[in-house]
Amino acid sequence: MSFHIVAGSLNNPATYLSWGWLGISLSNLVVMLLTVAIFVLAVLLPFPHHEEDDQ
Amino acid sequence: MTAESVAAPAPPAAGSELTDAAAAEDGRMWTNRLRNKFFGTFPPEKLLPDRQPAYVASWIYVFGVACLAALIMLILSGLWLTLEGPSWYHTTSTGHLVNSIHFWSVQLFMIALVVHLWGKFWMAAWRGRRAMTWITGAFAFFTSIGTAFTGFLVQSNFESQWIAFEGKDGLNAVGAGAWFNVANAGQMLLLHVCLLPLVVGLLVVWHVLLVRKHGVVPPIPLKHDPADELAPGEKVQS
Repeated sequence: MSFHIVAGSLNNPATYLSWGWLGISLSNLVVMLLTVAIFVLAVLLPFPHHEEDDQ
Repeated sequence: MTAESVAAPAPPAAGSELTDAAAAEDGRMWTNRLRNKFFGTFPPEKLLPDRQPAYVASWIYVFGVACLAALIMLILSGLWLTLEGPSWYHTTSTGHLVNSIHFWSVQLFMIALVVHLWGKFWMAAWRGRRAMTWITGAFAFFTSIGTAFTGFLVQSNFESQWIAFEGKDGLNAVGAGAWFNVANAGQMLLLHVCLLPLVVGLLVVWHVLLVRKHGVVPPIPLKHDPADELAPGEKVQS
């Protein structure tokens, strides 16, 4: 059901956020924050590897 | 007939001028020089290595190949959309699926590309004679933006018309409208399905070959030694 809610919301006009002179669509802001979050996680999270690789 | 008589033709006389001249002529041929140049620069073990340096075991090194995976999905779904056309991908369930795969592949491609760019920027990936690797990556990034933009212009729906007529004023304002007319659907379609994917593809192939030639850039060391940044076999210029 939640999928249909999300899919339905994509067919509506975009939600825009405004702070003074700065305006941005909510979807663009979400993508930008998601990209920053992925970058931070990629730097911080340990990469899985076999113990024999350390030897 | 014995095996020896088949496998061992009569050897040429020592110092045969004919054999030496033929070998010298072969060596001058452009096919010979090109083959030696290519396989000298890219031996098979360098083109498709079995192992990578230990520092590559980090998530930040994953996003280059994530870009390639998303690009392959983009090309395959794009070819399918090209074969079937808008009347198929706007009206059938399979068409909607392939259209969505193409759309979400470009979202993943651009996100992976930006994370790859940030990662390489902060580790100064142009070190160790990798300037051209950085430059080809940057041009591939800019061309990808143009390819994505023209893709949104050729969706053949109301959104693409809206984007075209919002974008034309901006492009006309900077003087680019005469060459890049976003209201010209035919020009945008050909740019999106022909010229720009070709340019992106060539730049990506060039970029990947350079990565294979110079190796994956190591992290910035605490104590700087230029020799540490070069691929094995390359020499430091004094």
